[in-house]
Amino acid sequence: MPPFPEAARIALANTQLRTNLAHATATIRDKRARVVAEVDDWEELRTAGAATKDRVLLDLDTHLVRLEESLIRAGATVHWARDAEEACRIVADVAKAHHVDEVVKVKSMATQEIGLNEALAQEGISAWETDLAELIVQLGDDLPSHILVPAIHRNRAEIREIFLAGMARAGRPAPEGLDDEPAHLAEAARLHLREKFLRAEVAVSGANFAVAETGTLVVVESEGNGRMCLTLPQVLVSVVGIEKVVPTWADLDVFLQLLPRSSTGERMNPFTSTWTGVTPGDGPQEVHVVLLDNGRTRALADEVGRQALRCIRCSACLNVCPVYERTGGHAYGSVYPGPIGAILNPLLRGVGVDDQVDSLPYASSLCGACYDVCPVKIDIPSVLVDLRAQVVDAHRGGVPRPEAVAMKAAAATFRRPGLLRAAERLTRPGLAVVRRVGASAWTGARDLPPAPKESFRAWWKRTDGGRS
Amino acid sequence: MVTCINDALVPQTGRAVVTLLRRLGVDVDFPEGQTCCGQPMVNTGYLDEAVPVVRTFVRAFEGYDAVVTPSGSCAGCARHQHAIVARRSDDPAFVAAVEETAPKVFELSEFLVDVLGVEDVGASFPHRVTYHPTCHSLRMLGVGDRPLRLLRAVRGIDLVELPGAEQCCGFGGTFAVKNADTSVAMGADKARHVRSTGAEVLVAGDSSCLMHVGGLLSRERAGVRVMHLAEVLAAQEGT
Ligand code: SF4
Repeated sequence: MPPFPEAARIALANTQLRTNLAHATATIRDKRARVVAEVDDWEELRTAGAATKDRVLLDLDTHLVRLEESLIRAGATVHWARDAEEACRIVADVAKAHHVDEVVKVKSMATQEIGLNEALAQEGISAWETDLAELIVQLGDDLPSHILVPAIHRNRAEIREIFLAGMARAGRPAPEGLDDEPAHLAEAARLHLREKFLRAEVAVSGANFAVAETGTLVVVESEGNGRMCLTLPQVLVSVVGIEKVVPTWADLDVFLQLLPRSSTGERMNPFTSTWTGVTPGDGPQEVHVVLLDNGRTRALADEVGRQALRCIRCSACLNVCPVYERTGGHAYGSVYPGPIGAILNPLLRGVGVDDQVDSLPYASSLCGACYDVCPVKIDIPSVLVDLRAQVVDAHRGGVPRPEAVAMKAAAATFRRPGLLRAAERLTRPGLAVVRRVGASAWTGARDLPPAPKESFRAWWKRTDGGRS
Repeated sequence: MVTCINDALVPQTGRAVVTLLRRLGVDVDFPEGQTCCGQPMVNTGYLDEAVPVVRTFVRAFEGYDAVVTPSGSCAGCARHQHAIVARRSDDPAFVAAVEETAPKVFELSEFLVDVLGVEDVGASFPHRVTYHPTCHSLRMLGVGDRPLRLLRAVRGIDLVELPGAEQCCGFGGTFAVKNADTSVAMGADKARHVRSTGAEVLVAGDSSCLMHVGGLLSRERAGVRVMHLAEVLAAQEGT
């Protein structure tokens, strides 16, 4: 994956993508703003949500041990996975133990993060996404572009094409004469998916929250496909990031208010499913929970950045981000795009080793819109700046990059006013050179202002501060 | 405090601040020991390099009652980021000096409305104007509608609303160069909104954002001028 600026250039050239994105983000942005404005104590809710998450992160180990005990008591099998490879192996082993060649999945960021579908495919097991937008992405051999609306970059004409071309290959074909009416497209997906739900023996899910006191996992969703996955198949494997734990049921209260309004702009989401281990004769009879680290303890150790682990994946920050709105999600080269992706990826993976990861903290104009909407008050701009400093520090020593040379030179000028005065005398010729070269990143599309006759500093000196 | 960009590239903004503040009876000085707030280094991640720059800043402004700057961005840097830089130096005296200076730094509209308590600054500017609230003024400082209140009191002004005003113009400091394509795409949308208002002048409280959007408008031969808020507030009949 190329660094962000290059990936963004490709995305920016796609005008259809930009139109789709601008339209979709504006719609959901307005919807969110409307329903958030209805809540008088929204700011208090945000503060409470942030505080609960911080409290959990402070004693994460204790809460996780408690969660594990509760899960085992409820009849679930608990697995710990240090990284993506371990997690994928655990899921594959469960599937293989049941001799299946396909599993159904409810959309889950954690399983996307670890590349589960690809890992299962290598073992000859197909993983079928059952979320409508995920299905569109999967059938289109595409990658998700948004946390919540993975097919945000597609319009309905494109979706019809994808269904017609892809459904038959994956199971029940699209109905004949399918047009691009949203209701007809949804019906086609419903028929296609129903066959999958009834056939599958093993399901894979993530979880939005994991309640430590009872060992209960919670999935919040809009379509009901999650509930089908959680109840129909005999075996269920849930892959859950370790930061998803909350101490008690009472703690859910705040999040179930914050999440739907922030994500889909709804007052309440249509489906909230909770499941606790195994209930004889009802739902899955074998439940596995994979508790996933994959860089989370690394992020936790980062004093400024650890607040990113409060994230409840609502995607509000994506929808208000002016950079995301222009480039879409693929440019971020990760399942976590947008502002949260720009900080979460470097935090999970570490900086200084991969140019693509190192480019992400710079994929922001620091406008701050993400911080304003984040329901758990993650100060994304501050984390971005801190990560930039980490990137710079990781590259200190060795041959300095041109940017580092420029920054050092600028800083040297700015530390002494006398030097600055001298440099300013060179401004006019300096600007003339920039203009003549004309190929610099600035002047490619933008004019520079005409060079002033004298700097403010020189004017102040010449006129005694405007008094003469 | 005259920002480094104002000093070198748009000195008329600094002169307008001086004119305006003197008219309102403020004793204005320009300590020549000042250079830059350090934001270009801080926001690009060069914190070590920012340390001496912030030291220079603090040294230049100690002993003044208030530091007024025509930039929401630089005021935001001084108020919120200087402390981070100072902590990096492991020098408690420097940390203390920053803590003392930071709260004295005001963006122009804050100083006029909150400290001087004026909204009508006696300006006259008979032109069609639209106002862009720059991100750092809007979100980092929370200046709210102070600039608009000041503009509404200007005689003869025809102030028109800018569609999508709160969206970032795409400047973002070194973002404008490091992610030039995205920056230009954002700026082009801003320029389009500006043109749609039919305004003659685009006004904002940050020269850097104005330079970016103004550079695009100029390239498009849009016939829209950009002016800093300070210049409009300093304008009077016959000037
Ligand atoms: S960072 Fe905040 S706004 Fe963005 S997805 Fe996470 S919780 Fe939502």
